[in-house]
Amino acid sequence: MAVVSHPPAVVPEGHPTGTHADVTRDVVATLGPASRGYVLLLLGAVALFLIGILTFLILIKDGLGHAGYNPPIFWSVYITTFVFWVGIGHAGTLISAILFLFRSPWRTAVYRSTEAMTVFAVMTAGLFPIIHIGRQWIFYWLLPYPNQRFLWPNFKSPLIWDVFAISTYLTVSTTFLVFGLLPDIAAVRDKVSGWRRSIYTWTAAGWQGTDNQWRHYSRAYLYLAALATPLVLSVHSVVSWDFASSIVPGWHGTIFAPYFVAGAIYSGIGMVLTLIIPLRRALRIEHMITEYHFDNLAKLTLLTGSILLYAYGMEYFVAWYSGNPFEQGTFFRRAFGPMWWAGWTMIICNAFVSQLLWFRKIRTNITSLFVISIFINIGMWFERYVIIVSSLSNDYVPWAWGQLNPTWADWGILAGSFGWFGMWFLLFAKNFPIVAIQEIKEMIPMPRRRGGHH
Amino acid sequence: MPLLKRAKRLPGLLASFVHIDAAVDAIRGLRAMGHRDLVVYSPSPNHELEEALNHRVSPVRLFTLIGGLIGCAAGFGMTIWMSYDWPVLVGGKPIASIPPYVVIAFELTILLGALSTVAAVALFSVLLGKRGVAYDPRFSDDQIGIFVPAGEDASRVENLLRSAGAVEVRYEAA
Repeated sequence: MAVVSHPPAVVPEGHPTGTHADVTRDVVATLGPASRGYVLLLLGAVALFLIGILTFLILIKDGLGHAGYNPPIFWSVYITTFVFWVGIGHAGTLISAILFLFRSPWRTAVYRSTEAMTVFAVMTAGLFPIIHIGRQWIFYWLLPYPNQRFLWPNFKSPLIWDVFAISTYLTVSTTFLVFGLLPDIAAVRDKVSGWRRSIYTWTAAGWQGTDNQWRHYSRAYLYLAALATPLVLSVHSVVSWDFASSIVPGWHGTIFAPYFVAGAIYSGIGMVLTLIIPLRRALRIEHMITEYHFDNLAKLTLLTGSILLYAYGMEYFVAWYSGNPFEQGTFFRRAFGPMWWAGWTMIICNAFVSQLLWFRKIRTNITSLFVISIFINIGMWFERYVIIVSSLSNDYVPWAWGQLNPTWADWGILAGSFGWFGMWFLLFAKNFPIVAIQEIKEMIPMPRRRGGHH
Repeated sequence: MPLLKRAKRLPGLLASFVHIDAAVDAIRGLRAMGHRDLVVYSPSPNHELEEALNHRVSPVRLFTLIGGLIGCAAGFGMTIWMSYDWPVLVGGKPIASIPPYVVIAFELTILLGALSTVAAVALFSVLLGKRGVAYDPRFSDDQIGIFVPAGEDASRVENLLRSAGAVEVRYEAA
């Protein structure tokens, strides 16, 4: 017989309330008919995506000359946007895998939406190297495959590490998302009828929640989290080595890997806030994603934003301390050169705006968090823009210095990437449970016949 | 709901429970009666049910380990072999250099480790799972289900389930 103890006087902060049946009902309700606002947002996303497609078709036809590529700058807006979207993904894996291993209860309510964001952000990022290479139809040259010249990729190059890191990240985060969805799809399957039921029956892959299934599932989920944890830290480190292993001034820093990982998580949480603040209202799940969750997300933003503050300061200090005039010149121009506006956008939006989150009033005010999240998105895009463009414009050969002027082709593809990402995220939110039904239920004790609490 | 083909239905009793302690009592009682091949449904994994069922640790971990090791070996094997297959000597540096290849080996360790973990779950939970067992949609919502394959002792099992606190017991014919 189980030991019967008294129930705790209050539900611990952040724990979900209601019964198991309430959770299923509320989450299944989010999959109901789409509201007008949702349809408008989706149409907006598709329109942006079409702008991107059109721009891409022109690029395929005429070549990359339309984009602002101009010596000495051959990495520009596409690579900036690639790093931006890869970074966005990192917050999702941090919340779904790392906080799972840390047993953080607040993760449960938000992890599904952030994990979906991860998958779609990495899907978006993956397009950019392919757009950037110019001759997109031979992108497979990046992969090690037997070819008629018996050539293999150069595995000492960080660019090929990136191919492996990004494709592994996309595969593993998609696997993790789909795996976590299985029991929830089964719960939806058992609530709906008609053709929707047939679709969810197929996608649930025979899930019934038997003791045997849970036994393997729980173990496997733990191992997937344990594998995804070092993966997420490695992916943005590898992306940073694309820069740091060169000798370009402003790139050649040992601080780059942790600096990029912190920035990635910071930008990702910014995007999480931008997405779930409107989403929770549109789907009427305010009681599931509460101020408590936003407070915790904001604390994580504050932590990573402070790491960025330190990294920015350290970059300037090391540039000065190195005594290298090119390094010093690069950092001087970031603040006072022709790109000063981008340099200060990055510093103010990332290092300083995040410091507002020391105040609890701001952390728990949803409107202020939403505004801050927009600053974060802008600031983190500009961080990559500044790092990439300012370093390439002024390297060691002063007669070859130059400036970048982004063109309509750069902005068209950038807009298209937001449309592509938004389209997938919106479609996901309306077709699959955006809050993890099964994990929320795990936090709600099941009723007892003898009363009391285990 | 068998994935690949419809299996013959197993005869037995399907009980539904609202209370977790009632379900745990029923499982302990059935196991004491000698019923080891129960199927217990629950909306989420529950440690009380796990304790009562007393399963062995899932063999999934072995697949994770083997997948990871194969990935690691494949990563180093591929990079070193490909370097020597078309040797390019640059600045007197080693043709195959281990530190940069750690990145490839690491990524493939994670990739194959994760994929083999999921493959193991698909194998054990779905493909090798028990077929033709009665199910009820409420088990993914808020109830716990226990299916007992029962023959002659069906009435004894039913009494046990009801006295433990089942809210519903129904007989599933073959």
